[in-house]
Amino acid sequence: MKIKILIFIIIWFVSFFNFSYADNSEKVDQISKNLRCLICQGQSVYDSQSDFALSMKILIQNKIDEGKNDEQIYNFLKSKYGEWIVYDPEINKNTVLLWVLPLILFIFGGILILRKVSIK
Amino acid sequence: MVKNIKLISVVFLVIVSFFILLKGLNKTNNYSPNLNSSKIDFNFKAKFLYSDEEVTLYELINDKDFSIINIWASWCLPCRDEHSFLLNLKSLDKLNIIGINYKDNEINAKKFIKELGNPYSKIVVDPSGINSIELGAYGVPETILINNNSKTILKKYIGPLDDEKFAELKLIIKNEN
Repeated sequence: MKIKILIFIIIWFVSFFNFSYADNSEKVDQISKNLRCLICQGQSVYDSQSDFALSMKILIQNKIDEGKNDEQIYNFLKSKYGEWIVYDPEINKNTVLLWVLPLILFIFGGILILRKVSIK
Repeated sequence: MVKNIKLISVVFLVIVSFFILLKGLNKTNNYSPNLNSSKIDFNFKAKFLYSDEEVTLYELINDKDFSIINIWASWCLPCRDEHSFLLNLKSLDKLNIIGINYKDNEINAKKFIKELGNPYSKIVVDPSGINSIELGAYGVPETILINNNSKTILKKYIGPLDDEKFAELKLIIKNEN
């Protein structure tokens, strides 16, 4: 019986610490999922275990502890690493095609369908 | 006529994608931000390797015309390769070389310096890698040339220094004044 209680307490302790850890870094996860790991190929900072990404997560946690909001953290990182670090590209002359092309394709496809339907 | 349009558009698309992919072959995959977009925050604090004192970057880069910030670690092999170039740069008297020891073990770092020589006028440590991120760095090795008077980044090298970069660094320092 004593052993059972002991095991229960140990598990309870472990899960308690697990829980508090997860609670802390939820915000970090959220932000790091939107950041590109610059030295990895096609991974976010959240996914990566590289030195760069690990430091980045610590930095984000520090910034949150300092009371910075999401916007401020993104802007801080953009000022250091440029636009490329965020997965959400801003509209400028380099990315305008990226934003407009789906819209053009959508309208073009719509016209095609409409024409097909009206011919029938 | 309709058949013709289809054929022409398919051929056109193939040709266009061919040229896009061809152009992509010559492009390097490594991304580096343009210099004017990355600003340095001179207020970050770091500890010295050889003492427990804290110092800001602002205090570190004050005494000469130019500073080189070199991020290194004892576990980083390319850092070993570029070390001779840094030792060589030490002889320039307008230049101040600052080392940032990145995510390293203190004993190993000191051993590294003892073994290969110390090109740095000051070494600070960055055990968690945060300071390097504040500098806009990617990892080790990385070298940043700063004009101390205007507090601007003149040049940034990601990866180890080699003969070419070394010559370029010297030329920039020579031409700037």
